Amino acid sequence: MRRLFPHPYLTLTLVILWFLLVNQWKLGSLVLALMLGTVIPLVTSAWWPDRPRVKRPFGLAAYAVLVLWDVIVANFQVARIVLFMPRDRIRSNWISVPLDLTSPEAISLLAGTITMTPGTLTADMSACGRALLVHALHAPDPDAVRDDIKARYESRLKRIFE
Amino acid sequence: MTPLLPLLLDFLLATVLIGGGIFALVGSYGLLRLPRPMQRLHAPTKATTIGVGAALFVSALDLAGQGQISWQEILITLFLLLTAPISALFLAKTLILRGEADPDLPATGTGTPWATLGSEHRDP
Repeated sequence: MRRLFPHPYLTLTLVILWFLLVNQWKLGSLVLALMLGTVIPLVTSAWWPDRPRVKRPFGLAAYAVLVLWDVIVANFQVARIVLFMPRDRIRSNWISVPLDLTSPEAISLLAGTITMTPGTLTADMSACGRALLVHALHAPDPDAVRDDIKARYESRLKRIFE
Repeated sequence: MTPLLPLLLDFLLATVLIGGGIFALVGSYGLLRLPRPMQRLHAPTKATTIGVGAALFVSALDLAGQGQISWQEILITLFLLLTAPISALFLAKTLILRGEADPDLPATGTGTPWATLGSEHRDP
C-alpha cells in the first residue's frame, strides 16, 4: 500500500479536485479521478520522499483567513505606492529572513505567503535552506519587516506544522 | 415592482467587479511606472490577484443567486494562489542570475550562498 500510494492525502486531494473540476457526479469521473490520484503521486514521489505532517489542520484554516485578509490590505497598500508615491521616494530593500522552520512544506507556505502579502516578495533561498531572501517594495526599516514576517506568519506556521 | 433584494445584490456585485477591475488596471500601470525590474515584479503579483479574485467572487455569488452552486471559481482561486508565488519566485531568480536585480544582496547569515548563485545540485 505504501509503495502504491506514497501520499494518500495527495491522492484524496486530487480526487476531490477532479470532481470540483468536472462539477458533476458520474462513475466515469470517479474512475478517471482515481487513476490520476494514483499515477500523479507515484510519478512525483521522487521529488517528495517524505509525507508532510500537519499537527493542527484547523490552524491551517485560521491561517488561510488571516492571509486572505492580509492580501486584501496588501492590494490597497501596493496600489497607493504605485499610484501616488514619487518614484525616487520608493525605498526598495532586500531582506534576509533567517528561518526557524525546518519542514519543507511549511517553508514553501511561508514563501508563498510572503509573496502574496504587503509589498514583499520571496526571491530566493539560501543553499542550505535556513534563510529566505525577501524583496520589499517600500521598506524604510527592513528589520521591522523581517520581525513582522517572523512574528505574524512564521510563528503560526511553526505551531501548525512542528 | 422590482424586488428590492436582488437589485441591491446586483449593485453590490457590480461594485465589487468594478473595484477589482480598477485594481487589475493599477497592477498593469505599476509595470509601466515602477523603474526597476525587481519593483515591477510587485505590482502584477498583488494587484492582479484581487482583480481576478473579485471577478471570481462575483461569478460564484451571481450563480448562487440563481440557485446554482459552482465550485470551479474556488478551484481557479486555489490554482491562482498556488501558481502566482511560484512564477514570481522564478522571475526573481532569473533576475538575480542575470545580474539584473538590484545589486548588493544581503548575506544569508548561514554560511552558504543564496541558492541561485551557489553551485548546482543534482536531482534526487
